[in-house]
Amino acid sequence: MTNTSTVARGGGVPPAPGRRRHAPHRPSKARGLSPRAVPYVLLAPGLLVIAGLLLYPLGQMIVISFQKVGIPQINGKKPATWEGWDNYTRVLDNEIFWSSLRNTLVFAAVTVTLTLVLGTAVGTLLNRLSKKMSTFVVIGIMSAWAVPPVAQGVIWRWLFDSDAGMINWALNLLPDGLSELLFGRSDWTGEPWLNDAFTIYLVLIVCVLWSSFPFVAVSVLAGLRGIPAELYEAARVDGATPWRIFRKITFPLLKPVFSVLTILSIIWDFKVFSQLYVLMGGPTNREAFNLSIFSFAEAFRSPPKMGVGAAIAVILTLILLVVTAVYIRQIVKTEDLR
Amino acid sequence: MTPFARKRLTRIALNAAGLLVFLFAVFPVYWMVSTSFKANDQIFTTDFIPFPTHFTVEHVDRVLSEGVAGNSIWLYMRNSAIVALGTVLIGAALALLAATAIARFTFRGRTSFLILLLIVQMIPAEALLIPLFLNVKRLGLYDQLLGLIVINVGLTLPFGIWMLRTFVAAVPRSLEEAAWIDGASRMTTFWRVLFPLVAPGLVATSIFSFITAWNELIFALILMSDSSGYTMPVALQFFFGQRGTDWGAIMAGSTMMTIPVVVFFLLVQRRMVSGLVAGAVKG
Repeated sequence: MTNTSTVARGGGVPPAPGRRRHAPHRPSKARGLSPRAVPYVLLAPGLLVIAGLLLYPLGQMIVISFQKVGIPQINGKKPATWEGWDNYTRVLDNEIFWSSLRNTLVFAAVTVTLTLVLGTAVGTLLNRLSKKMSTFVVIGIMSAWAVPPVAQGVIWRWLFDSDAGMINWALNLLPDGLSELLFGRSDWTGEPWLNDAFTIYLVLIVCVLWSSFPFVAVSVLAGLRGIPAELYEAARVDGATPWRIFRKITFPLLKPVFSVLTILSIIWDFKVFSQLYVLMGGPTNREAFNLSIFSFAEAFRSPPKMGVGAAIAVILTLILLVVTAVYIRQIVKTEDLR
Repeated sequence: MTPFARKRLTRIALNAAGLLVFLFAVFPVYWMVSTSFKANDQIFTTDFIPFPTHFTVEHVDRVLSEGVAGNSIWLYMRNSAIVALGTVLIGAALALLAATAIARFTFRGRTSFLILLLIVQMIPAEALLIPLFLNVKRLGLYDQLLGLIVINVGLTLPFGIWMLRTFVAAVPRSLEEAAWIDGASRMTTFWRVLFPLVAPGLVATSIFSFITAWNELIFALILMSDSSGYTMPVALQFFFGQRGTDWGAIMAGSTMMTIPVVVFFLLVQRRMVSGLVAGAVKG
């Protein structure tokens, strides 16, 4: 299922465009088009879209981050003025930037780790279940993965609601002594989870973990099914412990899968927007901002400061590129780009 | 303990763990759906009501008739559907052409293009928000669904090409070559041989784009000022009112938004996983 690409490419020498020219029945339709040009013609529309909607705006964003763009500039009444590094110094002097940066980094580190650990555990579990049971569980976790991010935020906001939420009800069920020991309190009635930055992020971690572990689990399961059973039998005959088997067989063979999963999780968790937006109820609680929402709020809440917003977005993009550069190289290496 | 009993015990423990995972995943979804059918006295309570014993469709009725932000929820569903379908139609055509070029031809710049595809997927949408907002305003596409469609095509295309190219590559070349030898033109070969065989992959890729466009929040927030152009993710924000939240209504709205996605998702989940980690698993 997953290695279709290599199988297809293994099927002999690819006919070079040059060879096609000498095909016995030259297609009449392609008369006006040299075979050499065909791939470029096919590629052109897609390339144009990518250039116009992704690359060019990326360049524009860098330019805007050095400019002052407010309402007059947005409406075209005044040209944007060059500000040099002012937007950047303004951002770096803002304490909200540092709390947003901390929130972004800590949230991503915690959530990526938890997602990978839980996902791998569930994937391994699925591999040991009977066919019927594993299909049943896979359909269940798939439905969590499928829930739109906005609806995820809505659901968890409701579960953690202070007055009628399920979570406070469940915490009140705990024996008072245990609750006291674990959390230092026994009464959870009316606990407002979504007022304080720290607890907002607790809820956000649960929400994002819930929606993203299924993908890791299903991918790990797909990888595990591709590992020949003889390897495990041989290891068991030699008396290897389950942990040793995981470390010496499963992990090395699934390493490419793990690197893709790690990079995708980092990208997704770094710029989480919808769930946080819903949990906070819009960009209101400045202490709970992450870089995405900070950039959004600076640029689009009145008065709009597009230049400052762009500077934050540039910083976010740079961090993301640095963090993922190692993994991009890994993918380029493992993925045979032929 | 006999080995047989131990084996049975392990099996029971594994199934129990599987069930626990299932419940953790499904309960929040179930809670959303069940809340949308509960009467208000069963919603606003500190008790746990596992099942809507006072079953009602009043919330569904209300979001359909009164709606939110001045329009019925149908309008927002329609807007979302237009944006998502438009994105799919344009995106699928572009992705199919580009994927065919990558998977079927060797040409200069091919590897660079593939690396470009990988790198542009790293660009956070937030980074494009400000320039695209300004460009859309300048082009007169502000407050128009077409503007959202164009942007969603841009956001979904790199991954669409990336995913579709494995499906094109999986079609044996010999089939096309046979058609060539029989004298079929390039176009005929494409439509009669390659296209039908790639169609399942095209459907999977399209569904992925559909879901991405259907769920998209940020651009829909900034590019639509008039409530009649809101998509579902934006409209849902308006249920959180100043005077407390109408949880029955918002759960009904969320359920309606979620159902099409879950159905599509379950249809293509196998292909999607293979597309996302394609090439990474060496079986």
